[in-house]
Order: sequence, then C-alpha cells, then structure tokens
Amino acid sequence: MQLSRDELLHAYRQMRTIRAFEDRVHEEFSAGNIPGFVHLYAGEEASAVGFCMHLGDRDHIASTHRGHGHCIAKGCDVRAMMAEIFGKKEGLCGGKGGSMHIADLEKGMMGANGIVGGGPPLVCGAALTAKTLGTGGVAIAFVGDGGSNQGTTLESYNLAKIWNLPAIFVIEDNGYAESTASSWAVAGSQVGRAAGFGMPAHEVDGHDFFAVHAVAREVIERARQGGGPSLVHVRFTRYYGHFEGDAMTYRGKDEVPRIAAERDCLKLFRQRVIEAALLEPAELDRIDREVAQLIDRATVEAKAAPMPSEADLLTDVYVSYH
Amino acid sequence: MPKKTYRQAINEALRQEMERDPRVILMGEDVAGGMGSPGEDDAWGGPLGVTKGLMPRFGRERVLDTPISESAFIGAAVGAAATGLRPVAELMFVDFFGVCFDQIFNQAAKFRYMFGGKAVTPVVIRTMYGAGFRAASQHSQCLYPIFTHIPGLKVALPSNAYEAKGLLIQAIRDDDPVIFFEHKAMYDEEADVPDDPYTIPFGEANVTREGEDVTVIAMGRMVNFANQVADKLAKEKIGVTVVDIRTTSPLDTETILETASETGRVVVVDEAHPRCSMASDIAALVAQERFADLKAPVKMVTAPHAPVPFSPALEDLYIPSPAKIEAAVREVLAFKG
Repeated sequence: MQLSRDELLHAYRQMRTIRAFEDRVHEEFSAGNIPGFVHLYAGEEASAVGFCMHLGDRDHIASTHRGHGHCIAKGCDVRAMMAEIFGKKEGLCGGKGGSMHIADLEKGMMGANGIVGGGPPLVCGAALTAKTLGTGGVAIAFVGDGGSNQGTTLESYNLAKIWNLPAIFVIEDNGYAESTASSWAVAGSQVGRAAGFGMPAHEVDGHDFFAVHAVAREVIERARQGGGPSLVHVRFTRYYGHFEGDAMTYRGKDEVPRIAAERDCLKLFRQRVIEAALLEPAELDRIDREVAQLIDRATVEAKAAPMPSEADLLTDVYVSYH
Repeated sequence: MPKKTYRQAINEALRQEMERDPRVILMGEDVAGGMGSPGEDDAWGGPLGVTKGLMPRFGRERVLDTPISESAFIGAAVGAAATGLRPVAELMFVDFFGVCFDQIFNQAAKFRYMFGGKAVTPVVIRTMYGAGFRAASQHSQCLYPIFTHIPGLKVALPSNAYEAKGLLIQAIRDDDPVIFFEHKAMYDEEADVPDDPYTIPFGEANVTREGEDVTVIAMGRMVNFANQVADKLAKEKIGVTVVDIRTTSPLDTETILETASETGRVVVVDEAHPRCSMASDIAALVAQERFADLKAPVKMVTAPHAPVPFSPALEDLYIPSPAKIEAAVREVLAFKG
C-alpha cells in the first residue's frame, strides 16, 4: 500500500528528529554536559519509525537501553526527553529515570530498560491486557541482538504463542552486543528460532524504511486480527558505540563511514521519495531545519531547567505507603 | 462466625475480588491444572488446591495456566498490571524467585519511581514459603527479607486464615506491587473468617497477646508459636505481649517501639535465616530507638545460617520452635545488667 504525502513527511520528520536528537546527545555527552550512561540509536531510525507509524496510544511498546528512538517514534515529548537526559525536574520522568528509563505510559511507551531482555515478558503482559479487555491493541517488544539470547525473550516467544497474544518481537540486530558480534553470539537464526515456536517471522533490511514499514504493517495487522505473535529480524547499523565513550576498537576499518555513505536510512529515504517525485527536496530541507531548531531549543531549555530538589528524593517510591 | 481454613480464606478472597472487579485475573503454573490434558479440567487448582474451583467459575480467560516459565509469566503479570489489569500471579514456591527476580525487583518495584510517579503496577505475587514439609533446601525457604529489602515492593505475611483473607483483599486492591507469602504448613489451619469481604490495612501490626514482662515480635507462622508460649507462661504469671507485624514492608515501627518500651525486654522471632533478616532489622530498630528503655539485650530466635535440611530429625531442629521461643523469653527475663 502506498504511503500518503502526510505519512511520508511524518516518517521523514520522525527519523530526522531521532537522528538530530542522538547527534546532539552525542555532542553534549562528549562535552561532559550529560551524566551517566547513554546508548544512542543513530543509524537505526527506520526500525522504530517503521513500526511505530502503525501504532496508536492503545498500543504498547517496550524498549531497550537504546531507547531514545523508540520513545520519539511512539510520541514521547522530545523536549521533556532531553530534560530527562540532563537529569532535570521537568524531564519526562522528573529526572529520576534518565536515558535508560524514559517512559510515558499514556503514550503506550512502557519504558526504555536497563536490563537486557527485560521487555519481552512485559510486552506479553501488555498484549494480555489488550486481549483481556478487548481493546484491539497490540504490543511490541524491541529487543537487541544481545537481548535475543536472554531466556526471558525465548520464554516470552513460547508464552505469546500458546496464549495467542497480539505481541510482536522485533529483534534489532545492529551487529554487536556491546563489542561481541551477533554473527558469533547467536546460534541458529532469529527467523529459525521463531519457526521453532511456530511463529511467523521475517528478516528485513533495517536501513530501508519502506521495507520495515511494509513488514511492520503485515505483522501488526496479523496481531490485531487475532492471528497471534510474530517476529521480525531487523538488520542495520549503529553509528556510535555501545555506550557513549566506547572507542569501538572491535569494529571493522571504515565500517561506519562506508555504511553511513551507502546505506543510511535517511539518505535512502530521501533518494527514494525524490526519485519517485513523491516529495520535493525543499520540503525535506525544511523539515531538517525545523527539527534542528526543535532539538536546539530542547537542549538549551534542558540545560537551563532546574534540577530536582531534596523534596523529590523520596516521592513516588509507592503509590501510598504507611 | 464461620470457621475456615487458611486455604479456604485465600480462595474466598480471590473469588470475591474476581467477582467485584473484572480486571482481576489469576495466572500461574497449574492454578487450574489439566490444560491441554486428556483428563479432568481444573485438575489441581494449584499444587495444594488453593485456587480450586476458580477456573470453572471465571473461565480460562481469567484463570490462566502457564508453562513453567516464571520469568515470562511473572513479567507478563507485571506488564499487564502496568497497562490496566490487576493480576494475581502465583509463584508456586518462593524458592523459585531466583529465575524471575529481575521482573519483580528491577521492573515492577521501580516503575513508579523511575517513570516519575506516572506508573501504577497493581500486581500481587502469591507465593508459598516456609519449612516443615520435609521439602528440603529448594522448597522450604522464607526469603521475605530479600523482598522487604527492595523499595517499591510491599510484603505481607498472614499468620492465620482471618489475616489471610483480609490481607489478600487489601493486596489486590492496593495500587503497589505486593508479594503475598503463604506458609505451606498453615493451609489446613482454621480460624473465624467472616463471609463478607474485608481488608486489613498494611503497616498496622496486630497485638495478639498483652503482657507486662516481655514483648515478642513475630511474623507469619511464628506468631502462632509465640501465642502458644504467651498462653503457657501466663499460667506462671509471666506476662508476654505478642506483636504480629503482618507486613514486613511497610513495617509498623510505632507499635514495635511502643510495645518494646512497655516491657523493656524484647524477643524477635523470625523463621528466616538470621543474617539480614526481619529479626536483625527489628532488633537494630529497637536498639537504635529505645536503647534507654531496654532492660536486657534484644534476643533473636531464628533458623540457623544453613539451608533447610530434608531429614525430619534435622528439620525439626532447624525451625524456630515454641520451646526455643520460651527459652528466649526466660533468658531476657533473667538478664541482670
């Protein structure tokens, strides 16, 4: 099915927003302005956006430690996200979560997650809620290639299948679990693993937004219609290290610059829509400028925003506690 | 008032809450039993029959048998709670928490805080604990101190059937994650239990005996042992106050400290191992806050720092007994500073 002009513009804006957000976080982290651990999604944007474009607020996603892209694609407020990463009170989680725990349940975003493999069981639960309450919602677990080797993930395949849940497991394979190659660490194949559980599965080029978007439509529709869980193995490239500060000595010579030049998801998108005369270069340039302004404003505001105070230290441990 | 067993009281609490609120669901290994099997449906109703009859009443959609995958289904209960259901998941034996603890302490316990106060995760995890069943080292532990250690979790330990019903209904209605500890040796013990639903608030200890000489602070099954000792010593004109703390988190420090000050002689009884236990926690609390009121060092009665043994001869030595509690009470009474 052809995407409308509005959908194309939305997809490009979302991917550009993620890229600009991550590039800026990289810059600010390098300058020593951001505390803690940060894992960036740059290079992987087509996956988050390709899936989340099919979702609404009744649908849930659970993310990974590399969660900024999923948050933005699921509709989390970019300015509140930036403030959160700077540890500010106005942050999306009041400065208590940080980069690895950004969440917005009202948007169906169940959280980035500091525990590799933490998300899939939670997504089974969200899918169970959708099924039990008949909301028509689906739930997607984004899982890294590292997380695909956790028992929680494999147990969740089984549970989702035997309970026939509207759940989707998206294995985002950027080639490395920290510094260890997925080609070495993953026995068999992701698609083959799904087949072992009787789940339909697809492998898709995660640099190609249109390919991801098409596969996502199919698996999400299947889940919505009561057809049960599916798995999608998305292969792509992360441009930065596992965490910020990773010197990436394990990567091949020129690996990132070569892929960024030849297979970058934003470049490929741009090329495709311009060649097909679906969008004008000027429209895309305008989005680039608007996004740059948004990210700049978000960063300036985040830096200027007040820190949480001692009064915030012990709030929200419980709903109520006597 | 009708007599009911601990098992019946728990079953009744679950049934009444499921009738009241369609968002309450049950899940766990064999909570109905017989799923996909050629024989009877609802074959088990849980390994000790606690949930028997609930599946026929509420259907497979609300009473979900699971595969033996605690990480997946405890996590699913947590995820379902965070998205609008009020699941009661059964972790058959608390000893099995080792395979699913991440979903409890890193996920459920922390959502509210990490997400800036916007998450509500009303999950209840029912679990069996305690020694006395000749079930050996991997099916007999207490472990509630480990859960008590985690901010974000609440921990309830009902000491009889009345307590079990009221605390479980409270747990299900509570908006925070609750770990509900059921002592496996108490399922057949009876108490007066009202037919109508009722709640017992968390963090409010229950003084089950009042006496002037010694305060015994206990939890779970140990409350009954402490009561036996108090009744026996009353005949010797030794007055023993017994405090059932009911929940280890939140902990009713006020009642603990008040009753400690009243007698100045304190024994803490905890079926768990002594290190980093409720016994050591409460002993430290009393020593820190009421040192001047104490007439004797606080005495702890606990299991030893050893796994639970299998042999009946050894297990009987292992569990804190009424005789050990009595000896501790006499010891603090005899102490001359």
